[in-house]
Amino acid sequence: MAGAITTHLSEETARRPRHINEGPVVRIVLITIALLFLGLVVLLPLASVFVEAFKRGMDVYYSAITEKDALSALRMTLLAAAVAVPLNTVFGIAAAWAITKFRFKGKNLLITLIDLPFAVSPVIAGLIFVLMFGAQGFFGPWLASHDIQIIFALPGIVLATVFVTFPFVARELIPLMEAQGVLEEEAAASLGARGWQIFWRITLPNIKWGLLYGIILCNARAMGEFGAVSVVSGHIRGQTNTLPLHVEILYNEYQFSASFAAASLLVLLAIITLLVKAFIEWKTSQRKPATEGGGLPLLENE
Amino acid sequence: MKGSKGKSRSVLPGFGLTMGFTVFYLGVMVLIPLAGVFIKTSGMSLSELWQTISAPRVAASLKVSFVTSFSAAALNMVFGLLVAWVLVRYRFPGKRLVDSLVDLPFALPTAVAGIALTAIYAPNGWIGQYLEPLGIKVAYTPLGITIALVFIGLPFVVRTVQPILQDMDKETEEAAVMLGAYRLRTFIRVILPGLVPPLLTGFALAFARGVGEYGSVVFISGNMPMKTEIAPLLIMTKLEQYDYAGATAIAMVMLVLSFLMLLLINYLQWRSNRRVISE
Repeated sequence: MAGAITTHLSEETARRPRHINEGPVVRIVLITIALLFLGLVVLLPLASVFVEAFKRGMDVYYSAITEKDALSALRMTLLAAAVAVPLNTVFGIAAAWAITKFRFKGKNLLITLIDLPFAVSPVIAGLIFVLMFGAQGFFGPWLASHDIQIIFALPGIVLATVFVTFPFVARELIPLMEAQGVLEEEAAASLGARGWQIFWRITLPNIKWGLLYGIILCNARAMGEFGAVSVVSGHIRGQTNTLPLHVEILYNEYQFSASFAAASLLVLLAIITLLVKAFIEWKTSQRKPATEGGGLPLLENE
Repeated sequence: MKGSKGKSRSVLPGFGLTMGFTVFYLGVMVLIPLAGVFIKTSGMSLSELWQTISAPRVAASLKVSFVTSFSAAALNMVFGLLVAWVLVRYRFPGKRLVDSLVDLPFALPTAVAGIALTAIYAPNGWIGQYLEPLGIKVAYTPLGITIALVFIGLPFVVRTVQPILQDMDKETEEAAVMLGAYRLRTFIRVILPGLVPPLLTGFALAFARGVGEYGSVVFISGNMPMKTEIAPLLIMTKLEQYDYAGATAIAMVMLVLSFLMLLLINYLQWRSNRRVISE
């Protein structure tokens, strides 16, 4: 989705000789249009959340985010993410290991299938689990006779969350591990290291930043998912509401300040995500020159 | 991918374990549930299916979804290119912050984007109140839906164009200048052709996301049947009325279309990768 971690901004390309650059007037005009556009489309909505949230003052804000239903929604959101993110992380690492360290037929098909959930509308992501586990679903009667509830309960929310965040970690790791190749791991194996040793000592240190990046993107989506969770949750207040659904309910009840107050918590999540991302980008750009210069030069140009 | 691919008989362990888990988890979490949509619709006859899909309200919602997503993706192609260009090629204060801001739509939960945009563009909203006297209605019209989808789709275009623009070599541009081309001509003839594949990929990604988008749209769209009701919302409505067959039929149309988009995107990416490698 957001591509593998790369530092988008290098000083090199921004420093251009005059004959292959625009004149100062054109430059200033283009920069101004771009910034106005971003301000209007991206920054203004961000600002509006906080202004609307604090419109009725600190007290309303504070009571809105400490109210019982809000806390229960927050708990639900954290719980769903706490299950979905580790599951998808383990999957992402396993898939990336199988895909990048071995050669087999149908690899491209497998990668496309892993991407599939990105192409599916969140509402459909919810629908498919209702079709499977809902009262009229394929397993509905069986689940009902065994008194197991999946839809309109936590398991349904977790399933929908797992589905929509499925590709995040795998998508970050596959290009990264593909680029790193297998030589370091093969060297370790030939020196007698065992599978897990290779993974913990060689692979994990190499992929840690990419992995972390995948995890925070996965987490942001897991905590913020709305459409898919909305289909399967049943909107039972105090029980199966997640934070984004809580925002919706308050909004539809015209409790705008409370709604924006709850939304501001989710904005904080987004800002933290972006900060961690910026930190990882900075970290990897720092490491790059060092590893390119030193390391194992023989292995680099096979 | 510098020739360092694993061999078919690798010395590395773990293929069986990781591959087995990958296929199992993919099957259980994604493929089997998705197959449910097709199994459910296979129970309908073709004429039944067609009747559901061509019902005026369903057809109208599909049209609203596709037209607004297309317009938003097209707008993003223009502004996304501009933003990527400015970020890659020019220097200005606060550039890093602006660059991070581009990812906000990825990180911000869609429901939050939805209520924020509505607060801005509603008739009594921040911007809406100035547009209202001019006779321009944004919220609760297709224009509002388009604005929400521009917000959602922007990073797709910027982040696909940016790395390509970054890696473009200066030499080709210099050659064009030497041969006497003006700046605009250099841009149109030399720079733009190289940017067409990423722009199309970005367009396709933004479009595909827009068609399925729900959270950021439902608040600003007003959800009037036949006018501003999007297809994902209609699925939701049908589900709430326990019309599972109807909901699934719409879902299947959207799924087939998004699979086609996914294939197109993969093809475009494969083509632009090949071009980079062959150069």
